[in-house]
Amino acid sequence: MYTGKQRAPSGTDRSEKRFNTILAGSGLLIVLLLLAIFATLLLTALPAVKEFGVFFFTGREWDATTETFGALPFLAGTLLTSFLALVISIPFSIAISIFLGEYFKAGAVSTFLRSAVEVLAGIPSVIYGLWGLFFLMPAVRFLEVKLGVAPHGVGILTSSLILAIMIIPFSASIGREVITLVPGDLKEAAYSLGATRFEVIGNIVIPYARSGIIAGILLALGRAIGETMAVTMLIGNSNFLPTSIFSPANTMASIIANEFAEATGVTAASLIYVALVLFLVTMVVNIIGTYVIQKISVEASREVS
Amino acid sequence: MTGGHVGRRLAKDAIFKGVVCLFAFLSLLPLFLILYYITMKGISVINWDFLFSLPRPIGEAGGGVVNAIVGTLMLIVLSSVISVPCGIAAGIYLSENKAGKLSNTIRLSVIVLQGTPSIVIGIIAYLWIVAPLRTFSALSGGVALSIMMLPVIIKTTEETLKLIPYHLKEASLALGVPYYRTILKVILPSGISGILTGILLSVARITGETAPLLFTAFGNQFMNVNIFKPIDSLPYRIFYYAMSPYPEWHSFAWGASFILVVLTLALNLIARGISVKWKIQF
Repeated sequence: MYTGKQRAPSGTDRSEKRFNTILAGSGLLIVLLLLAIFATLLLTALPAVKEFGVFFFTGREWDATTETFGALPFLAGTLLTSFLALVISIPFSIAISIFLGEYFKAGAVSTFLRSAVEVLAGIPSVIYGLWGLFFLMPAVRFLEVKLGVAPHGVGILTSSLILAIMIIPFSASIGREVITLVPGDLKEAAYSLGATRFEVIGNIVIPYARSGIIAGILLALGRAIGETMAVTMLIGNSNFLPTSIFSPANTMASIIANEFAEATGVTAASLIYVALVLFLVTMVVNIIGTYVIQKISVEASREVS
Repeated sequence: MTGGHVGRRLAKDAIFKGVVCLFAFLSLLPLFLILYYITMKGISVINWDFLFSLPRPIGEAGGGVVNAIVGTLMLIVLSSVISVPCGIAAGIYLSENKAGKLSNTIRLSVIVLQGTPSIVIGIIAYLWIVAPLRTFSALSGGVALSIMMLPVIIKTTEETLKLIPYHLKEASLALGVPYYRTILKVILPSGISGILTGILLSVARITGETAPLLFTAFGNQFMNVNIFKPIDSLPYRIFYYAMSPYPEWHSFAWGASFILVVLTLALNLIARGISVKWKIQF
């Protein structure tokens, strides 16, 4: 590659140097941005970290007037909504992955479904929340009346349903990609032994693509954990530990959305502490998910060549 | 006996295919319901008054969301101005330095930034800009949104430039064109459609973001074009109207949603159109 070392310095070489500095500088800026985000969160959360330590996440009480802050209700809210959303979404996202990656790889049906899933991914979170308020909430309330529990309408179940709809496109598109990476000769070998398509999918495709599908689900989990607006609108904003999947609650993201604008002092620091944990958890989930997928595509390209 | 066995296997195969198709299309049901609701409830609200007048207090009929539309457009411009140059430069760096410690660190940072919850980025913009300036501002909203745009722009720029064949660069260098001019005049123009697609997709991503604006751009029921003052935006207005107890405002929320969805879908369509029409071909 041309480096400019061989020639005496000239105007061109200086521009050259400046250009390279700008490129590397912009790259470095991204790294610094991330470090600055982490440092800012850590420093501003410090008062709360010092005061509550790790017991922050076992405390059940969140009360700004007495300045006791325990984030267990929100931790529980986030975990419950995210996992429930995952469980609801998995059959659908895997069905879409198999449909697009195995049954209909090309053609009008495939294009239609794929575009529709893309549109689903592109709808803003606040609109999911709005729709949830006017469609899901009455539906859940109807269900609650039938079951004889307190008919809030809003709560963990409603939020999980909307989250499930929102994360389907993510795990589905990753699932489709890893399923199309399954080597054709493996599948052909199974077909030549007389296997049906169902048996090929069950015995070859899914086991081969398993780690990729799980990584996709992991990335969807990361999104569900951090999702704010739709959940904030549908979870019912209650700071008590949820007792059932119908009870109103708050997630880590929604408590920040609801309270940060008016918070000062220790309250603000506690909310930033929540944000810090949210940041770290989604970071770990995303790094693991992305590396698993990268490893799979590298292995697949090695097998082809 | 064998026939029965094969028949069972074939039946299982058919049932499985049916179940897969059923679940795949069932997951589209919410999409159609959402689009149906937005069109049915949104379109009836939209008229000239809604598009070109300011919100009125509850009780007064009429009013519109012109300040939110202007605010959203301003936020898009602001965040693009901040993120596009830096994002493209970082993308070029990554495509030119495929291996290396800095490149890998940057890639890792991009992954982490992309996954960072939008509400956390909102807090960051609050701490960096709103707190020192002591006022909510369009600028802080723009900064928050630009942090969300960066990873998308960097990734698409890198992916696009990677596809440009090496001999194009070699040809330019062989003619004695300096390296930086080769990048600016040969490599970048050949990849411009991909980069443009990335920018549009990132804009589509941030147009509907509400969480980072809650404590940055904040919202404003009056028209404002000063970037150091709070500014309204379509997603914030939808949130504000949706959470209000008034049915009239609820229908306004649907109207604003219709505009927002049309806007984001149009951006997505244009982005896809660009990438199909001016595909890099060598």
